Amino acid sequence: MTTSTNGYKVGSNLERMIRSGEFVVTGELGPPQGHHAEEIREKAALLKGYVDAVNITDNQTAIVRMSSIAAGAIVVQEGLEPIIQMTCRDRNRLAIQSDLLGAAALGCQNLLCLSGDHQSFGNHPGAKNVHDIDSMQLVQMVKNLRDENIFECGDVIKEGGPRFLVGAAVNPFGDPFEWRPYRLAKKVAAGADFVQTQLIYDIPRFKEFMKRVVDMGLHEKVAILAGVGPLKSVGMAKYMRDKVPGMIVEDRYIDGMTDAITGIEPLPPLTKRRKALKAQLQELGEDDPARAEIEAELAELAPRIKEIQAERNKNWREKGIQMCIEQIQELREVEGVAGVHIMAIEWEAAVKPITEGAGLLPRPNVGSNGSG
Amino acid sequence: MIVAEQKPLNEIKTMIADAERVLLVGCGTCVTVCFAGGTKEVDLLATSLRMSTKLDGNGKVVDEFTVQRQCEWEYNEPLKEKLDDYDLVVSLGCGVGVQTLNEQFPQKQFVPGLNTAFMGLPTEQGVWEERCAACGNCILDKTGGICPIARCAKQLLNGPCGGSQNGVCEIESDVPCAWQLIWERANDLGQIDRLMELQPAKDWRTSRDGGPRKIVREDLRLVAHEEE
Ligand code: SF4
Ligand code: SF4
Repeated sequence: MTTSTNGYKVGSNLERMIRSGEFVVTGELGPPQGHHAEEIREKAALLKGYVDAVNITDNQTAIVRMSSIAAGAIVVQEGLEPIIQMTCRDRNRLAIQSDLLGAAALGCQNLLCLSGDHQSFGNHPGAKNVHDIDSMQLVQMVKNLRDENIFECGDVIKEGGPRFLVGAAVNPFGDPFEWRPYRLAKKVAAGADFVQTQLIYDIPRFKEFMKRVVDMGLHEKVAILAGVGPLKSVGMAKYMRDKVPGMIVEDRYIDGMTDAITGIEPLPPLTKRRKALKAQLQELGEDDPARAEIEAELAELAPRIKEIQAERNKNWREKGIQMCIEQIQELREVEGVAGVHIMAIEWEAAVKPITEGAGLLPRPNVGSNGSG
Repeated sequence: MIVAEQKPLNEIKTMIADAERVLLVGCGTCVTVCFAGGTKEVDLLATSLRMSTKLDGNGKVVDEFTVQRQCEWEYNEPLKEKLDDYDLVVSLGCGVGVQTLNEQFPQKQFVPGLNTAFMGLPTEQGVWEERCAACGNCILDKTGGICPIARCAKQLLNGPCGGSQNGVCEIESDVPCAWQLIWERANDLGQIDRLMELQPAKDWRTSRDGGPRKIVREDLRLVAHEEE
Protein backbone atom coordinates (compact mmCIF):
# COMPACT_ATOMS: atom_id res chain seq x y z
CA MET A 1 0.00 0.00 0.00
CA THR A 2 1.28 3.44 -0.94
CA THR A 3 0.87 6.38 1.35
CA SER A 4 1.81 9.95 0.72
CA THR A 5 5.13 11.04 2.09
CA ASN A 6 6.82 14.33 2.83
CA GLY A 7 3.70 16.30 2.14
CA TYR A 8 3.30 14.94 -1.37
CA LYS A 9 -0.14 13.76 -2.36
CA VAL A 10 1.31 10.97 -4.43
CA GLY A 11 5.03 11.51 -4.71
CA SER A 12 5.22 10.85 -8.44
CA ASN A 13 7.97 12.41 -10.45
CA LEU A 14 5.40 14.67 -12.09
CA GLU A 15 4.18 15.92 -8.73
CA ARG A 16 7.72 16.51 -7.52
CA MET A 17 8.53 18.44 -10.67
CA ILE A 18 5.45 20.59 -10.29
CA ARG A 19 6.20 21.29 -6.63
CA SER A 20 9.83 22.11 -7.35
CA GLY A 21 8.74 25.01 -9.53
CA GLU A 22 10.86 23.74 -12.41
CA PHE A 23 9.39 24.08 -15.91
CA VAL A 24 7.58 20.77 -16.42
CA VAL A 25 7.72 18.72 -19.62
CA THR A 26 5.27 15.94 -20.40
CA GLY A 27 5.00 13.91 -23.56
CA GLU A 28 2.58 11.56 -25.20
CA LEU A 29 2.72 7.93 -26.23
CA GLY A 30 -0.01 6.26 -28.22
CA PRO A 31 -0.40 2.52 -27.56
CA PRO A 32 -0.39 0.31 -30.67
CA GLN A 33 -3.43 -1.08 -32.45
CA GLY A 34 -2.09 -4.47 -31.53
CA HIS A 35 -0.70 -6.49 -28.67
CA HIS A 36 3.04 -6.19 -29.07
CA ALA A 37 4.84 -4.69 -26.11
CA GLU A 38 7.95 -4.01 -28.15
CA GLU A 39 6.43 -1.03 -29.92
CA ILE A 40 5.76 0.64 -26.57
CA ARG A 41 9.26 -0.06 -25.34
CA GLU A 42 10.70 1.49 -28.50
CA LYS A 43 8.60 4.61 -28.12
CA ALA A 44 9.43 4.84 -24.42
CA ALA A 45 13.12 4.75 -25.29
CA LEU A 46 12.63 7.76 -27.57
CA LEU A 47 11.05 9.73 -24.72
CA LYS A 48 12.97 8.64 -21.66
CA GLY A 49 15.17 11.36 -20.27
CA TYR A 50 13.46 14.08 -22.30
CA VAL A 51 10.12 14.29 -20.48
CA ASP A 52 9.11 14.12 -16.81
CA ALA A 53 6.13 11.92 -17.46
CA VAL A 54 4.28 10.66 -20.51
CA ASN A 55 0.55 10.51 -21.30
CA ILE A 56 -0.65 7.10 -22.40
CA THR A 57 -3.68 7.70 -24.57
CA ASP A 58 -6.95 5.81 -24.03
CA ASN A 59 -8.44 4.57 -27.31
CA GLN A 60 -7.55 7.91 -28.79
CA THR A 61 -9.98 9.31 -31.37
CA ALA A 62 -12.20 6.34 -30.48
CA ILE A 63 -9.95 3.86 -32.28
CA VAL A 64 -9.34 0.58 -30.47
CA ARG A 65 -5.82 0.36 -29.12
CA MET A 66 -4.04 -1.47 -26.37
CA SER A 67 -5.35 -0.50 -22.94
CA SER A 68 -3.74 2.66 -21.61
CA ILE A 69 -3.18 0.96 -18.25
CA ALA A 70 -1.49 -2.10 -19.74
CA ALA A 71 0.70 0.13 -21.90
CA GLY A 72 1.35 2.34 -18.86
CA ALA A 73 2.55 -0.67 -16.87
CA ILE A 74 5.03 -1.47 -19.65
CA VAL A 75 6.20 2.13 -19.62
CA VAL A 76 6.78 1.84 -15.86
CA GLN A 77 8.98 -1.20 -16.53
CA GLU A 78 10.97 0.94 -18.93
CA GLY A 79 11.70 3.43 -16.17
CA LEU A 80 9.47 6.16 -17.55
CA GLU A 81 6.56 7.61 -15.61
CA PRO A 82 3.12 7.26 -17.21
CA ILE A 83 0.13 9.58 -17.00
CA ILE A 84 -2.76 7.22 -17.63
CA GLN A 85 -5.52 8.73 -19.72
CA MET A 86 -9.03 7.63 -18.81
CA THR A 87 -12.10 8.56 -20.81
CA CYS A 88 -15.72 8.45 -19.68
CA ARG A 89 -16.78 7.20 -23.08
CA ASP A 90 -16.00 3.53 -22.67
CA ARG A 91 -16.49 2.70 -19.00
CA ASN A 92 -19.02 3.28 -16.27
CA ARG A 93 -18.11 4.14 -12.69
CA LEU A 94 -17.67 0.48 -11.76
CA ALA A 95 -15.28 -0.25 -14.60
CA ILE A 96 -13.32 2.97 -14.08
CA GLN A 97 -12.75 2.37 -10.37
CA SER A 98 -11.86 -1.25 -10.91
CA ASP A 99 -9.35 -0.24 -13.59
CA LEU A 100 -7.92 2.42 -11.31
CA LEU A 101 -7.30 -0.13 -8.57
CA GLY A 102 -5.46 -2.19 -11.14
CA ALA A 103 -3.51 0.78 -12.46
CA ALA A 104 -2.35 1.67 -8.96
CA ALA A 105 -1.31 -1.93 -8.34
CA LEU A 106 0.78 -1.76 -11.53
CA GLY A 107 2.65 1.31 -10.35
CA CYS A 108 0.79 4.07 -12.19
CA GLN A 109 0.53 7.30 -10.20
CA ASN A 110 -0.82 9.98 -12.51
CA LEU A 111 -4.21 10.06 -14.17
CA LEU A 112 -5.70 12.32 -16.80
CA CYS A 113 -9.50 12.51 -16.75
CA LEU A 114 -11.21 13.02 -20.10
CA SER A 115 -14.66 12.96 -21.67
CA GLY A 116 -13.28 11.16 -24.71
CA ASP A 117 -13.73 11.88 -28.40
CA HIS A 118 -17.12 10.85 -29.66
CA GLN A 119 -17.19 7.28 -30.98
CA SER A 120 -18.41 8.51 -34.38
CA PHE A 121 -14.81 9.62 -35.10
CA GLY A 122 -13.33 6.19 -34.63
CA ASN A 123 -13.38 2.71 -36.07
CA HIS A 124 -16.46 1.51 -34.17
CA PRO A 125 -18.95 4.27 -34.94
CA GLY A 126 -21.83 1.92 -34.10
CA ALA A 127 -20.67 1.48 -30.51
CA LYS A 128 -22.80 2.50 -27.58
CA ASN A 129 -21.16 5.22 -25.51
CA VAL A 130 -21.25 5.16 -21.75
CA HIS A 131 -20.84 8.63 -20.21
CA ASP A 132 -22.15 7.37 -16.90
CA ILE A 133 -20.09 10.12 -15.28
CA ASP A 134 -18.46 13.11 -16.96
CA SER A 135 -14.84 14.20 -16.79
CA MET A 136 -15.58 16.65 -13.99
CA GLN A 137 -17.18 13.95 -11.87
CA LEU A 138 -14.29 11.65 -12.71
CA VAL A 139 -11.82 14.22 -11.36
CA GLN A 140 -13.82 14.38 -8.16
CA MET A 141 -14.11 10.62 -7.90
CA VAL A 142 -10.36 10.08 -8.28
CA LYS A 143 -9.65 12.77 -5.73
CA ASN A 144 -12.05 11.14 -3.28
CA LEU A 145 -10.45 7.74 -3.81
CA ARG A 146 -7.17 9.31 -2.77
CA ASP A 147 -8.10 11.90 -0.15
CA GLU A 148 -11.23 10.44 1.42
CA ASN A 149 -10.50 6.75 0.83
CA ILE A 150 -13.98 6.25 -0.49
CA PHE A 151 -15.44 4.73 -3.60
CA GLU A 152 -17.91 6.76 -5.61
CA CYS A 153 -20.80 5.13 -3.74
CA GLY A 154 -19.36 6.33 -0.44
CA ASP A 155 -18.09 2.94 0.77
CA VAL A 156 -14.85 3.23 2.68
CA ILE A 157 -11.81 1.54 1.16
CA LYS A 158 -10.38 -0.15 4.22
CA GLU A 159 -6.82 -0.48 3.00
CA GLY A 160 -6.87 3.11 1.74
CA GLY A 161 -7.76 4.29 -1.74
CA PRO A 162 -5.49 4.23 -4.80
CA ARG A 163 -3.43 7.40 -5.04
CA PHE A 164 -3.22 9.35 -8.27
CA LEU A 165 -2.13 12.84 -9.13
CA VAL A 166 -5.29 14.07 -10.82
CA GLY A 167 -5.07 15.70 -14.21
CA ALA A 168 -7.64 17.12 -16.57
CA ALA A 169 -7.74 18.62 -20.03
CA VAL A 170 -8.58 22.19 -20.90
CA ASN A 171 -9.30 23.56 -24.31
CA PRO A 172 -8.75 27.31 -24.39
CA PHE A 173 -9.96 27.31 -28.01
CA GLY A 174 -13.27 25.57 -27.56
CA ASP A 175 -16.48 27.52 -27.36
CA PRO A 176 -18.08 29.21 -25.56
CA PHE A 177 -14.74 31.00 -25.20
CA GLU A 178 -15.84 33.00 -22.12
CA TRP A 179 -16.85 29.77 -20.38
CA ARG A 180 -13.42 28.15 -20.67
CA PRO A 181 -11.74 29.81 -17.67
CA TYR A 182 -14.82 28.96 -15.60
CA ARG A 183 -14.68 25.38 -16.71
CA LEU A 184 -11.06 25.27 -15.56
CA ALA A 185 -12.11 26.78 -12.24
CA LYS A 186 -14.69 24.05 -11.90
CA LYS A 187 -12.12 21.36 -12.59
CA VAL A 188 -9.82 22.87 -9.98
CA ALA A 189 -12.67 22.90 -7.49
CA ALA A 190 -13.40 19.27 -8.35
CA GLY A 191 -9.80 18.38 -7.49
CA ALA A 192 -7.51 18.70 -10.52
CA ASP A 193 -3.83 18.94 -9.56
CA PHE A 194 -2.62 19.62 -13.08
CA VAL A 195 -4.15 20.33 -16.46
CA GLN A 196 -2.88 19.96 -19.99
CA THR A 197 -4.22 22.15 -22.77
CA GLN A 198 -5.30 21.39 -26.29
CA LEU A 199 -2.58 21.97 -28.91
CA ILE A 200 -1.86 25.68 -29.06
CA TYR A 201 -1.53 27.13 -32.55
CA ASP A 202 -3.01 30.49 -31.62
CA ILE A 203 -0.83 32.01 -28.93
CA PRO A 204 -2.59 35.40 -28.78
CA ARG A 205 -5.86 33.68 -27.98
CA PHE A 206 -4.15 31.44 -25.46
CA LYS A 207 -2.66 34.51 -23.77
CA GLU A 208 -6.10 36.04 -23.56
CA PHE A 209 -7.34 32.87 -21.88
CA MET A 210 -4.39 32.79 -19.50
CA LYS A 211 -4.94 36.40 -18.52
CA ARG A 212 -8.42 35.49 -17.29
CA VAL A 213 -7.02 32.41 -15.58
CA VAL A 214 -4.36 34.42 -13.77
CA ASP A 215 -6.88 37.09 -12.79
CA MET A 216 -8.95 34.34 -11.22
CA GLY A 217 -5.85 33.05 -9.42
CA LEU A 218 -6.28 29.59 -10.88
CA HIS A 219 -2.62 29.21 -11.87
CA GLU A 220 -1.75 29.16 -8.18
CA LYS A 221 -4.03 26.22 -7.51
CA VAL A 222 -3.29 24.02 -10.49
CA ALA A 223 -0.26 23.38 -12.70
CA ILE A 224 -1.10 24.44 -16.24
CA LEU A 225 0.85 22.64 -18.93
CA ALA A 226 0.58 24.25 -22.34
CA GLY A 227 -0.02 21.81 -25.19
CA VAL A 228 2.33 21.96 -28.17
CA GLY A 229 3.16 19.67 -31.05
CA PRO A 230 5.40 19.74 -34.11
CA LEU A 231 3.63 20.05 -37.44
CA LYS A 232 4.65 17.54 -40.09
CA SER A 233 3.33 19.15 -43.26
CA VAL A 234 1.15 21.90 -44.68
CA GLY A 235 -1.57 19.30 -45.07
CA MET A 236 -1.48 18.44 -41.39
CA ALA A 237 -1.70 22.11 -40.39
CA LYS A 238 -4.68 22.65 -42.67
CA TYR A 239 -6.35 19.49 -41.48
CA MET A 240 -6.08 20.63 -37.88
CA ARG A 241 -7.41 24.04 -38.77
CA ASP A 242 -10.35 22.81 -40.83
CA LYS A 243 -11.24 19.38 -39.56
CA VAL A 244 -10.42 19.03 -35.86
CA PRO A 245 -13.26 20.27 -33.69
CA GLY A 246 -12.22 22.76 -31.04
CA MET A 247 -8.95 23.72 -32.68
CA ILE A 248 -7.67 27.04 -34.02
CA VAL A 249 -4.56 27.31 -36.20
CA GLU A 250 -3.12 30.72 -36.96
CA ASP A 251 -2.05 31.45 -40.54
CA ARG A 252 1.55 31.84 -39.54
CA TYR A 253 1.83 28.07 -39.00
CA ILE A 254 0.35 27.29 -42.40
CA ASP A 255 2.59 29.94 -44.00
CA GLY A 256 5.62 28.66 -42.13
CA MET A 257 5.09 25.17 -43.45
CA THR A 258 4.39 26.45 -46.95
CA ASP A 259 7.59 28.53 -46.93
CA ALA A 260 9.60 25.56 -45.74
CA ILE A 261 9.32 23.90 -49.12
CA THR A 262 9.76 26.88 -51.42
CA GLY A 263 12.71 26.28 -53.68
CA ILE A 264 11.95 22.58 -53.93
CA GLU A 265 10.58 21.48 -57.29
CA PRO A 266 6.76 21.44 -56.92
CA LEU A 267 5.35 17.98 -56.57
CA PRO A 268 1.75 18.28 -57.86
CA PRO A 269 2.63 18.59 -61.60
CA LEU A 270 4.64 15.37 -61.35
CA THR A 271 2.03 13.39 -59.46
CA LYS A 272 -0.61 14.65 -61.87
CA ARG A 273 1.51 13.51 -64.79
CA ARG A 274 1.96 10.13 -63.16
CA LYS A 275 -1.77 9.77 -62.69
CA ALA A 276 -2.44 10.70 -66.32
CA LEU A 277 0.15 8.20 -67.55
CA LYS A 278 -1.30 5.43 -65.44
CA ALA A 279 -4.74 6.20 -66.81
CA GLN A 280 -3.35 5.99 -70.34
CA LEU A 281 -1.82 2.62 -69.59
CA GLN A 282 -5.17 1.36 -68.38
CA GLU A 283 -6.68 2.28 -71.72
CA LEU A 284 -4.08 0.43 -73.75
CA GLY A 285 -4.16 -3.28 -74.56
CA GLU A 286 -1.68 -5.67 -72.94
CA ASP A 287 0.68 -5.70 -75.94
CA ASP A 288 0.13 -2.27 -77.39
CA PRO A 289 3.50 -0.94 -78.64
CA ALA A 290 2.70 2.51 -77.20
CA ARG A 291 3.05 1.09 -73.68
CA ALA A 292 6.83 1.06 -73.75
CA GLU A 293 7.20 4.81 -73.99
CA ILE A 294 4.69 5.46 -71.20
CA GLU A 295 6.28 2.89 -68.95
CA ALA A 296 9.66 4.44 -69.54
CA GLU A 297 8.38 7.85 -68.52
CA LEU A 298 6.76 6.38 -65.43
CA ALA A 299 9.99 4.67 -64.47
CA GLU A 300 11.79 7.94 -64.78
CA LEU A 301 9.17 9.80 -62.73
CA ALA A 302 9.17 7.44 -59.77
CA PRO A 303 12.58 8.25 -58.29
CA ARG A 304 12.12 11.97 -58.94
CA ILE A 305 8.86 11.99 -57.02
CA LYS A 306 10.41 10.01 -54.21
CA GLU A 307 13.32 12.35 -53.99
CA ILE A 308 11.14 15.44 -53.87
CA GLN A 309 8.90 13.86 -51.26
CA ALA A 310 11.89 13.05 -49.12
CA GLU A 311 13.21 16.56 -49.45
CA ARG A 312 9.85 18.09 -48.60
CA ASN A 313 9.43 15.88 -45.57
CA LYS A 314 12.88 16.73 -44.35
CA ASN A 315 12.24 20.47 -44.66
CA TRP A 316 8.80 20.20 -43.13
CA ARG A 317 10.00 18.24 -40.17
CA GLU A 318 12.85 20.61 -39.53
CA LYS A 319 10.49 23.53 -39.75
CA GLY A 320 7.91 21.78 -37.58
CA ILE A 321 10.47 21.18 -34.86
CA GLN A 322 11.80 24.70 -35.13
CA MET A 323 8.34 26.25 -34.85
CA CYS A 324 7.55 24.02 -31.91
CA ILE A 325 10.70 25.22 -30.14
CA GLU A 326 9.67 28.81 -30.76
CA GLN A 327 6.19 28.07 -29.42
CA ILE A 328 7.64 26.64 -26.23
CA GLN A 329 9.90 29.63 -25.77
CA GLU A 330 7.00 31.99 -26.21
CA LEU A 331 4.67 30.01 -23.96
CA ARG A 332 7.29 29.80 -21.25
CA GLU A 333 7.05 33.55 -20.90
CA VAL A 334 3.28 33.51 -20.41
CA GLU A 335 2.33 34.10 -16.78
CA GLY A 336 0.77 31.06 -15.17
CA VAL A 337 2.24 28.44 -17.50
CA ALA A 338 3.96 25.76 -15.43
CA GLY A 339 5.24 23.64 -18.26
CA VAL A 340 4.57 22.16 -21.66
CA HIS A 341 2.86 19.05 -22.85
CA ILE A 342 4.48 17.93 -26.11
CA MET A 343 2.24 15.89 -28.36
CA ALA A 344 4.35 14.26 -31.02
CA ILE A 345 2.18 11.23 -31.62
CA GLU A 346 3.74 8.78 -34.10
CA TRP A 347 6.78 11.05 -34.14
CA GLU A 348 8.24 10.47 -30.72
CA ALA A 349 11.76 11.01 -32.09
CA ALA A 350 10.95 14.71 -32.40
CA VAL A 351 10.79 15.18 -28.64
CA LYS A 352 14.52 15.07 -28.12
CA PRO A 353 15.41 17.81 -30.63
CA ILE A 354 12.48 19.90 -29.42
CA THR A 355 13.39 19.76 -25.74
CA GLU A 356 17.04 20.19 -26.60
CA GLY A 357 16.36 23.18 -28.84
CA ALA A 358 14.11 24.78 -26.23
CA GLY A 359 16.84 24.47 -23.61
CA LEU A 360 14.87 22.03 -21.51
CA LEU A 361 17.58 19.39 -21.21
CA PRO A 362 18.76 17.75 -19.11
CA ARG A 363 15.55 17.20 -17.17
CA PRO A 364 16.08 18.14 -13.53
CA ASN A 365 16.34 15.32 -11.03
CA VAL A 366 13.81 15.93 -8.29
CA GLY A 367 14.36 12.74 -6.35
CA SER A 368 12.89 9.36 -7.01
CA ASN A 369 9.94 7.76 -5.33
CA GLY A 370 11.19 4.31 -6.09
CA SER A 371 8.88 3.54 -8.97
CA GLY A 372 11.12 4.66 -11.78
CA MET B 1 -44.45 14.18 -28.79
CA ILE B 2 -43.08 10.87 -29.89
CA VAL B 3 -41.38 11.23 -33.24
CA ALA B 4 -41.12 8.34 -35.66
CA GLU B 5 -40.52 7.68 -39.32
CA GLN B 6 -41.64 4.99 -41.66
CA LYS B 7 -39.48 1.96 -42.27
CA PRO B 8 -38.21 1.41 -45.83
CA LEU B 9 -40.86 -0.22 -48.01
CA ASN B 10 -38.69 -3.26 -48.69
CA GLU B 11 -38.27 -3.96 -45.01
CA ILE B 12 -42.02 -3.86 -44.52
CA LYS B 13 -42.46 -6.12 -47.55
CA THR B 14 -40.09 -8.64 -46.03
CA MET B 15 -42.06 -8.60 -42.80
CA ILE B 16 -45.34 -9.30 -44.56
CA ALA B 17 -43.92 -11.77 -47.11
CA ASP B 18 -45.72 -14.83 -45.69
CA ALA B 19 -49.10 -13.14 -45.25
CA GLU B 20 -51.91 -13.06 -47.81
CA ARG B 21 -54.15 -10.61 -46.03
CA VAL B 22 -52.61 -7.67 -44.21
CA LEU B 23 -54.14 -4.92 -42.10
CA LEU B 24 -52.35 -1.59 -41.56
CA VAL B 25 -53.27 0.15 -38.32
CA GLY B 26 -52.42 3.82 -37.92
CA CYS B 27 -52.55 5.97 -34.81
CA GLY B 28 -54.21 9.36 -34.59
CA THR B 29 -51.93 10.92 -32.00
CA CYS B 30 -48.16 11.65 -32.08
CA VAL B 31 -47.35 9.81 -35.29
CA THR B 32 -50.16 11.59 -37.09
CA VAL B 33 -48.72 14.92 -36.10
CA CYS B 34 -45.26 13.92 -37.30
CA PHE B 35 -46.63 12.57 -40.58
CA ALA B 36 -45.47 9.01 -40.03
CA GLY B 37 -48.47 6.87 -39.13
CA GLY B 38 -51.78 8.74 -39.45
CA THR B 39 -54.69 7.99 -41.79
CA LYS B 40 -52.89 9.64 -44.70
CA GLU B 41 -49.69 7.68 -44.26
CA VAL B 42 -51.61 4.43 -43.75
CA ASP B 43 -53.38 5.09 -47.02
CA LEU B 44 -50.17 5.83 -48.88
CA LEU B 45 -48.42 2.79 -47.54
CA ALA B 46 -51.39 0.52 -48.27
CA THR B 47 -51.45 1.71 -51.87
CA SER B 48 -47.70 1.22 -52.27
CA LEU B 49 -47.87 -2.28 -50.82
CA ARG B 50 -50.79 -3.29 -53.01
CA MET B 51 -49.10 -2.02 -56.15
CA SER B 52 -45.71 -3.30 -55.32
CA THR B 53 -46.78 -6.81 -54.32
CA LYS B 54 -48.94 -6.98 -57.44
CA LEU B 55 -45.99 -6.07 -59.61
CA ASP B 56 -43.99 -8.77 -57.87
CA GLY B 57 -46.67 -11.24 -58.90
CA ASN B 58 -48.07 -11.99 -55.45
CA GLY B 59 -50.61 -9.23 -54.91
CA LYS B 60 -51.81 -9.05 -51.34
CA VAL B 61 -54.95 -7.75 -49.74
CA VAL B 62 -53.90 -4.68 -47.77
CA ASP B 63 -56.62 -2.97 -45.74
CA GLU B 64 -56.48 0.16 -43.60
CA PHE B 65 -57.67 1.27 -40.23
CA THR B 66 -56.63 4.07 -37.90
CA VAL B 67 -57.41 4.29 -34.19
CA GLN B 68 -57.33 7.46 -32.16
CA ARG B 69 -54.61 6.35 -29.74
CA GLN B 70 -52.89 2.99 -30.11
CA CYS B 71 -51.23 3.15 -26.70
CA GLU B 72 -54.50 2.81 -24.80
CA TRP B 73 -56.49 -0.37 -24.72
CA GLU B 74 -59.92 1.18 -24.95
CA TYR B 75 -59.14 2.97 -28.20
CA ASN B 76 -58.12 -0.31 -29.79
CA GLU B 77 -61.37 -2.16 -29.02
CA PRO B 78 -62.94 -1.49 -32.47
CA LEU B 79 -60.10 -3.52 -33.99
CA LYS B 80 -61.14 -6.69 -32.25
CA GLU B 81 -63.79 -7.87 -34.70
CA LYS B 82 -61.62 -7.12 -37.74
CA LEU B 83 -58.58 -9.09 -36.79
CA ASP B 84 -59.89 -12.52 -37.80
CA ASP B 85 -59.86 -11.46 -41.44
CA TYR B 86 -56.09 -10.94 -41.52
CA ASP B 87 -52.93 -13.03 -41.34
CA LEU B 88 -50.80 -10.18 -40.05
CA VAL B 89 -51.15 -6.61 -38.84
CA VAL B 90 -48.63 -3.84 -39.47
CA SER B 91 -48.86 -1.14 -36.84
CA LEU B 92 -48.02 2.40 -37.84
CA GLY B 93 -48.04 3.46 -34.24
CA CYS B 94 -44.91 4.08 -32.20
CA GLY B 95 -43.15 1.23 -30.40
CA VAL B 96 -45.62 1.60 -27.55
CA GLY B 97 -48.53 1.19 -29.93
CA VAL B 98 -47.10 -1.99 -31.47
CA GLN B 99 -46.62 -3.52 -28.03
CA THR B 100 -50.04 -2.44 -26.78
CA LEU B 101 -51.64 -4.27 -29.71
CA ASN B 102 -49.56 -7.42 -29.24
CA GLU B 103 -50.46 -7.47 -25.55
CA GLN B 104 -54.10 -6.76 -26.10
CA PHE B 105 -54.70 -9.25 -28.92
CA PRO B 106 -52.26 -12.10 -28.38
CA GLN B 107 -54.00 -14.29 -30.97
CA LYS B 108 -52.62 -12.05 -33.71
CA GLN B 109 -49.15 -10.79 -34.59
CA PHE B 110 -48.47 -7.08 -34.96
CA VAL B 111 -45.23 -5.91 -36.61
CA PRO B 112 -43.77 -2.40 -36.67
CA GLY B 113 -44.12 -0.23 -39.75
CA LEU B 114 -42.29 2.67 -38.12
CA ASN B 115 -38.97 3.29 -36.48
CA THR B 116 -39.69 5.17 -33.29
CA ALA B 117 -36.95 7.75 -32.96
CA PHE B 118 -37.28 10.12 -30.01
CA MET B 119 -39.31 12.57 -27.96
CA GLY B 120 -39.11 15.96 -29.49
CA LEU B 121 -40.78 18.72 -31.42
CA PRO B 122 -40.98 20.10 -34.93
CA THR B 123 -38.58 23.03 -35.15
CA GLU B 124 -39.68 23.92 -38.67
CA GLN B 125 -41.95 22.35 -41.25
CA GLY B 126 -40.50 18.90 -41.91
CA VAL B 127 -37.82 19.00 -39.20
CA TRP B 128 -38.08 17.33 -35.82
CA GLU B 129 -35.52 17.47 -33.03
CA GLU B 130 -35.00 15.46 -29.87
CA ARG B 131 -35.53 17.22 -26.57
CA CYS B 132 -35.99 14.72 -23.73
CA ALA B 133 -34.52 11.28 -23.03
CA ALA B 134 -36.89 10.49 -20.13
CA CYS B 135 -34.12 10.19 -17.58
CA GLY B 136 -36.71 10.13 -14.83
CA ASN B 137 -35.19 12.92 -12.77
CA CYS B 138 -35.45 16.23 -14.56
CA ILE B 139 -32.64 18.76 -14.14
CA LEU B 140 -33.87 21.41 -16.54
CA ASP B 141 -34.00 23.91 -13.66
CA LYS B 142 -30.21 23.69 -13.42
CA THR B 143 -29.46 23.98 -17.10
CA GLY B 144 -31.50 26.92 -18.24
CA GLY B 145 -34.27 24.72 -19.58
CA ILE B 146 -32.02 22.94 -22.09
CA CYS B 147 -31.46 19.22 -21.59
CA PRO B 148 -27.83 18.04 -21.72
CA ILE B 149 -28.88 14.42 -21.39
CA ALA B 150 -30.91 14.36 -24.56
CA ARG B 151 -29.01 17.04 -26.44
CA CYS B 152 -25.32 16.74 -25.58
CA ALA B 153 -23.72 13.88 -27.49
CA LYS B 154 -21.83 12.91 -24.32
CA GLN B 155 -24.54 13.64 -21.76
CA LEU B 156 -22.16 15.97 -19.95
CA LEU B 157 -23.57 17.53 -16.80
CA ASN B 158 -20.83 20.00 -15.94
CA GLY B 159 -20.15 22.00 -19.06
CA PRO B 160 -18.97 21.64 -22.64
CA CYS B 161 -16.33 19.21 -23.86
CA GLY B 162 -13.32 20.45 -25.79
CA GLY B 163 -14.96 19.81 -29.14
CA SER B 164 -17.54 22.57 -29.00
CA GLN B 165 -16.81 25.20 -31.62
CA ASN B 166 -18.79 27.98 -33.28
CA GLY B 167 -21.92 26.76 -31.56
CA VAL B 168 -21.89 23.27 -33.02
CA CYS B 169 -21.19 19.88 -31.53
CA GLU B 170 -18.05 17.99 -32.46
CA ILE B 171 -20.06 15.15 -33.95
CA GLU B 172 -21.79 17.01 -36.78
CA SER B 173 -21.79 20.53 -38.12
CA ASP B 174 -25.59 20.75 -38.10
CA VAL B 175 -25.99 19.69 -34.47
CA PRO B 176 -26.01 22.61 -32.04
CA CYS B 177 -23.79 22.14 -28.98
CA ALA B 178 -26.19 21.81 -26.05
CA TRP B 179 -23.69 23.45 -23.71
CA GLN B 180 -23.29 26.45 -25.96
CA LEU B 181 -27.07 26.87 -25.74
CA ILE B 182 -27.05 26.31 -21.99
CA TRP B 183 -24.30 28.87 -21.53
CA GLU B 184 -26.10 31.50 -23.60
CA ARG B 185 -29.36 30.91 -21.80
CA ALA B 186 -27.73 31.00 -18.35
CA ASN B 187 -26.00 34.20 -19.38
CA ASP B 188 -29.31 35.76 -20.42
CA LEU B 189 -30.93 34.67 -17.18
CA GLY B 190 -27.98 35.95 -15.14
CA GLN B 191 -27.45 32.44 -13.75
CA ILE B 192 -23.89 31.62 -14.75
CA ASP B 193 -23.16 30.94 -11.08
CA ARG B 194 -25.55 27.99 -11.20
CA LEU B 195 -23.42 26.40 -13.90
CA MET B 196 -20.44 26.66 -11.56
CA GLU B 197 -22.02 24.28 -9.06
CA LEU B 198 -20.51 20.84 -9.46
CA GLN B 199 -23.21 18.43 -10.54
CA PRO B 200 -22.55 15.11 -8.84
CA ALA B 201 -22.62 11.81 -10.68
CA LYS B 202 -26.19 11.18 -11.73
CA ASP B 203 -28.23 8.39 -10.22
CA TRP B 204 -29.34 6.60 -13.38
CA ARG B 205 -31.74 4.27 -11.59
CA THR B 206 -34.65 6.46 -12.62
CA SER B 207 -33.49 6.16 -16.21
CA ARG B 208 -33.59 3.06 -18.39
CA ASP B 209 -30.55 1.74 -16.55
CA GLY B 210 -32.71 0.90 -13.56
CA GLY B 211 -34.69 -1.58 -15.62
CA PRO B 212 -38.15 -1.09 -17.13
CA ARG B 213 -39.90 1.74 -15.38
CA LYS B 214 -43.34 1.88 -13.89
CA ILE B 215 -45.37 4.52 -12.11
CA VAL B 216 -48.08 3.51 -9.65
CA ARG B 217 -50.52 6.12 -8.38
CA GLU B 218 -52.52 4.53 -5.57
CA ASP B 219 -54.77 7.58 -5.43
CA LEU B 220 -55.94 6.85 -8.94
CA ARG B 221 -56.27 3.09 -8.85
CA LEU B 222 -59.78 1.70 -8.92
CA VAL B 223 -59.05 -1.33 -6.78
CA ALA B 224 -57.15 -1.04 -3.52
CA HIS B 225 -53.89 -2.99 -3.63
CA GLU B 226 -52.77 -2.80 -0.05
CA GLU B 227 -52.24 -6.54 0.17
CA GLU B 228 -49.61 -6.57 -2.60
S1 SF4 C 1 -33.32 16.10 -17.65
FE1 SF4 C 1 -34.25 14.07 -17.98
S2 SF4 C 1 -36.45 14.39 -17.83
FE2 SF4 C 1 -35.53 16.44 -18.03
S3 SF4 C 1 -35.59 16.85 -20.24
FE3 SF4 C 1 -33.63 15.87 -19.83
S4 SF4 C 1 -33.94 13.68 -20.13
FE4 SF4 C 1 -35.95 14.65 -19.98
S1 SF4 D 1 -19.68 19.59 -28.44
FE1 SF4 D 1 -21.26 20.23 -26.97
S2 SF4 D 1 -23.02 18.91 -27.39
FE2 SF4 D 1 -21.27 17.99 -28.42
S3 SF4 D 1 -20.48 16.50 -26.97
FE3 SF4 D 1 -19.33 18.38 -26.61
S4 SF4 D 1 -20.45 19.50 -25.04
FE4 SF4 D 1 -21.81 17.90 -25.80
